[in-house]
Amino acid sequence: MRPEFWRSIPILSKPASAPLGRRSFLGLGAALTGSLAFGGRAAAGEPAPASPPADAPWSQSIGAGVVDRPYGRPADTEAGVIRRNVPWLTAGTESSVSFSPLQDLHGIITPNGLFFERHHAGRPDIDPDQHRLMIHGLVERPLLLTMKDIVRFPSVSRIHFIECPANGGMEWRAAQVNSLQFNHGMISCAEWTGVRLSTLLEEVGVKREAKWAMVEGADGAHMNRSLPLDKCLDDCLVVYAQNGEALRPEQGYPLRLVVPGWEGNVNIKWLRRIKLGDKPWYSREETSKYTDLMPDGTSRGFTWLIDAKSVITFPCPEKPLDGPGPYEIRGLAWTGNGKIKRVDVSVDGGANWQSARLHEPVLSKALTKFTFAWRWDGQPVLLQSRVIDETGYVQPTIAELRKQRGLNSVYHNNSIQTWQVKPDGSVFDVQLA
Amino acid sequence: MSSSLNRSRLLGMAMMVAAGGIAQAAEPGFFGYGKTATPEQMAGWNIDVRGDDGAGLPPGKGTVDKGAEVYAEQCAACHGTFGEGEGRFPKLVGGAGTLRADRPELTVGSYWPFAPTLWDYINRAMPMPAPHTLSADDVYALTAYILNLNDVVPSEFVADRDSLPKVKMPNRDSFIWTDPRPDTMAKPCMIACADPGESKITSTAEGLNLTPRTTGPLDTMQPK
Repeated sequence: MRPEFWRSIPILSKPASAPLGRRSFLGLGAALTGSLAFGGRAAAGEPAPASPPADAPWSQSIGAGVVDRPYGRPADTEAGVIRRNVPWLTAGTESSVSFSPLQDLHGIITPNGLFFERHHAGRPDIDPDQHRLMIHGLVERPLLLTMKDIVRFPSVSRIHFIECPANGGMEWRAAQVNSLQFNHGMISCAEWTGVRLSTLLEEVGVKREAKWAMVEGADGAHMNRSLPLDKCLDDCLVVYAQNGEALRPEQGYPLRLVVPGWEGNVNIKWLRRIKLGDKPWYSREETSKYTDLMPDGTSRGFTWLIDAKSVITFPCPEKPLDGPGPYEIRGLAWTGNGKIKRVDVSVDGGANWQSARLHEPVLSKALTKFTFAWRWDGQPVLLQSRVIDETGYVQPTIAELRKQRGLNSVYHNNSIQTWQVKPDGSVFDVQLA
Repeated sequence: MSSSLNRSRLLGMAMMVAAGGIAQAAEPGFFGYGKTATPEQMAGWNIDVRGDDGAGLPPGKGTVDKGAEVYAEQCAACHGTFGEGEGRFPKLVGGAGTLRADRPELTVGSYWPFAPTLWDYINRAMPMPAPHTLSADDVYALTAYILNLNDVVPSEFVADRDSLPKVKMPNRDSFIWTDPRPDTMAKPCMIACADPGESKITSTAEGLNLTPRTTGPLDTMQPK
């Protein structure tokens, strides 16, 4: 279903002379969307009409006026392009995740309404006038800041991805979910605007003995994590805007932390407190959760970094091939280490590789787009992409990861995705020996 | 002031120079925005408790018996009468000795390294529909009860700010707090890296019926 607020927006200023009402327009639109390049129905297999009329109804009528939709919204025929959840994965939707529809996205920026969600106690709807950020602990001058205060500080805008470390977590044991959205959709990328955390920490004056910061949200989980001070001073941002507008409530409105290149859950949403201390806090979210259990019974804690990862977003299970011929294989790559150096593509399950084309901008700790020109001969193929980042780190296979970490570490599965293409063009999520 | 003349300021100033930004003195209070947080304000917000040494634990105490009462009222609906977990809500009890097993069970007893973390989490996040509404005494009692259900403390245990940090959790020494990655050493071979005939499919998601639909309305599929 569409979000409720879409339906609640009244249709205004429909000219009386419009030859077709909204209902018949939609009906006709549905019949014709097969011809639209990105139409949801084309993927569902409805045949495109052989010969659309030379002049469609929308070409022989006057359209809706400005401010008909004062905020704006996607075309009605894009209604299926939404965040989706896996209902069997969690007890309820309040402590759960939703996945970005990567199969329908283009470029490196995730639209705000499609940015993946991870809540630990649901989404709070916060009154920004009552929201405060407290910075205290081992500081010279503990501060309480209003949103107005925060916006007044020198601002920066940066493009960074955020990925949940459980992205791909359903695939540790075996291929399980036949979907790009559900296997990779816990990554999104936006332009964030806010103030450098280092600016705020300079303002309060960090005491010499401070080594760690505890960051805490205003949600019901009072979600909190510990971060080393070095990272806080390096590139962390306290942001109030996302892709040019105020943060969405799902992304932490009115204030969140962005910790570039580190696992999603440390990017505390609804940020309300930063406390400096001399040791980490060992909170629940960094001991019983977001730690990686190894086959020998030990666990890795404080595994913040998102290792380099890439995935082919076309073709994919949701977007099969339509007969032999030339195609542009498309995909995304990212790394918490900095920039992407190279992406290679294999069509034979990793036996042979060719380098893909990287598309500008190639930004540090942001999604990078790659494409690869390819002619499909209609034979079965095994498609893979493999990223190498600027540190020389090479994306591993799932077999290599399992050799190191076994089957129960849940998080940080950054392995190479294999898509099996069958002769009919259908695409399946598989794993290789 | 001298104690704040540290790497924070030096790094900050270096970044400003590098960025060619507006000259800003990195002095505490340079901008002067906001208000100094008062001790009263900080007391209300300062809820964090540190896991390894219990720093921040408040006064108060709770027994295992009292914890059983509070638990029945506040927790059992989701976590089960004895911590066994209802539906897909988390189990709190059990799993001892399973961490190396094929299907490990991670619970407070089998996995959590620090007892004060349990107090902190119950206090800040539970009960889920009304977080941070329990008294300190009730949180101590619940902590005692859940530790006792896991056979970590005896039934006469009284949880307070002195006793909790001394509880040795069974899995305390099994965590490595420095990230050993990168732990894979893949080489970017380009040609004839493997015999194409050798690429065997070991598993496929095809036909498993675990994938919610990705078109049309949201799926509500439940496990078979």
